[in-house]
Amino acid sequence: MTYSYFPGCTLKTKGRDLDIWGRAAMEALGVELRELPQWQCCGAVYPQAKDEIAVRLSAVRALASAGELGTDLVTLCSACHHVIKRVNRDMRTDETIRSRANTYLQLETPYAGETKVLHYLEVLRDQVGFDQLQKRVVKPLTGRKIGAYYGCLLLRPSGEMEFDDPENPSILEDFLRAIGAEPVVYAMRNECCGGYTTLENKPYAVKQAGRVLENAASCGAEELITACPLCLYNLQVNGGGKLPVRYFTELLAEALGVKEGAV
Amino acid sequence: MNHMTEIVTRISGVNPRKCMKCGKCTAACPAYDEMDYHPHQFVDMVETGRLEELMNSRGIYMCLSCFACLERCPRSVEPAKLIEAVRLAVVRQQGRNHLKPEQIPALLDPDLPQQAITSAFRKYRK
Repeated sequence: MTYSYFPGCTLKTKGRDLDIWGRAAMEALGVELRELPQWQCCGAVYPQAKDEIAVRLSAVRALASAGELGTDLVTLCSACHHVIKRVNRDMRTDETIRSRANTYLQLETPYAGETKVLHYLEVLRDQVGFDQLQKRVVKPLTGRKIGAYYGCLLLRPSGEMEFDDPENPSILEDFLRAIGAEPVVYAMRNECCGGYTTLENKPYAVKQAGRVLENAASCGAEELITACPLCLYNLQVNGGGKLPVRYFTELLAEALGVKEGAV
Repeated sequence: MNHMTEIVTRISGVNPRKCMKCGKCTAACPAYDEMDYHPHQFVDMVETGRLEELMNSRGIYMCLSCFACLERCPRSVEPAKLIEAVRLAVVRQQGRNHLKPEQIPALLDPDLPQQAITSAFRKYRK
C-alpha cells in the first residue's frame, strides 16, 4: 500500500514526534507513506467563510498533487486533516469555491475534489486493520491505563469529517486495545481543550485543559494520547503536567518495537 | 435586513431565521462563560440586526472553533459560522487587525506549536 503523505508545518518542528513515530510505525507495518514532493502549511484552521478563497489554496494544491500521483492523501495532524478534508468537500460541492480556486491556481487539470483524504488512524483501522495490527505487536502495552483524547477537529462536524461517532467515538480506544493497553473512557475526551485560544485567552486555555485532565484522571487514566500538536501542548504545558500526554504514534512505535534506542 | 446582516449571512451562508431558540448551542459551547453574548443570543442578534454590538463584543475572539454548537444544533443553523463571519467583518476593515506580528515574540514559549500561531493569524487578522 502506498499513499501520499501530508505532514504539515508543526510535524516538521514542534510536533516532530508525531511524524517520526508515525512514519516508523507505518514502515514496520508495510505501508508506504510518500511525503508530497511539495506542500505548504494548510493554514491550521478551516476557513468557514464562503468567500475566503486564498486561504483554501494550499489545501487544494496538496489535494491536486496527490491526485496527479494517483494516490489517496494521508494526514496525521488533526488540524491538517480537518482543513484538508473540509476544503476537499468544498471543492466537490461548492461550485463558486471550485471555480474561483481553479481560476487562481490554473492547474493543468482543474481540481474538483477527486482525491480521497484519509487520516492515519483510518488507514490503521480500515486498511491495515486493528486485528492485523494486534498480531504485529511485539511489545504490548499491558497494564497501562490510557485515556484517548479526541478533541474537536477529527470528529466535528461529523457530517463532513465522517470519522467516527462524534458523541461516542471508539477508534482510539480500539487502537489502544490493539496495542495491548487498557483504554479509559471519560466524558471530556471529545470536548475542546481550548487550545486555539492559548495566545488570545491563556487563562481560559489553562482552565479548560485542567478540566479535561481532571476528568480523565478521575476516571482512572494514567496517561493520555492525542493526534493533535496543539492539544498536546495545551494539555501538557497549560495543563501543568497533571498527566503525561503523548502522541498516539509514539505508543504505536513502542508497541511495534521500532522505538528502541531511538529516543 | 440591514446591510451588515446581509454581509454576515452572505459570508457565512447561514440563515439565522432557522433558529428555534432552543439554546443547545450555548449549552454545548465550552467557552460560553467567556462570551459577552452566548451563541444562541449571537444568532438572535444577527437576525435582529444588532451587528454593531456583536462587532464590538469580545466573544468574537473567544470562539474556539470546536464546532460543538454546529454539531449539536437540531436545526443546522451553524452558529460558529456566524461568529466567524462577524469577526471577519471586523478584521477586514482597515486597521482593525486583532493580532499584530509585533505581539508574537512576547507570547512565544519553547513548546508552542506553529499551529497555534498560524491559526491565530488566520482567525484574528487579514
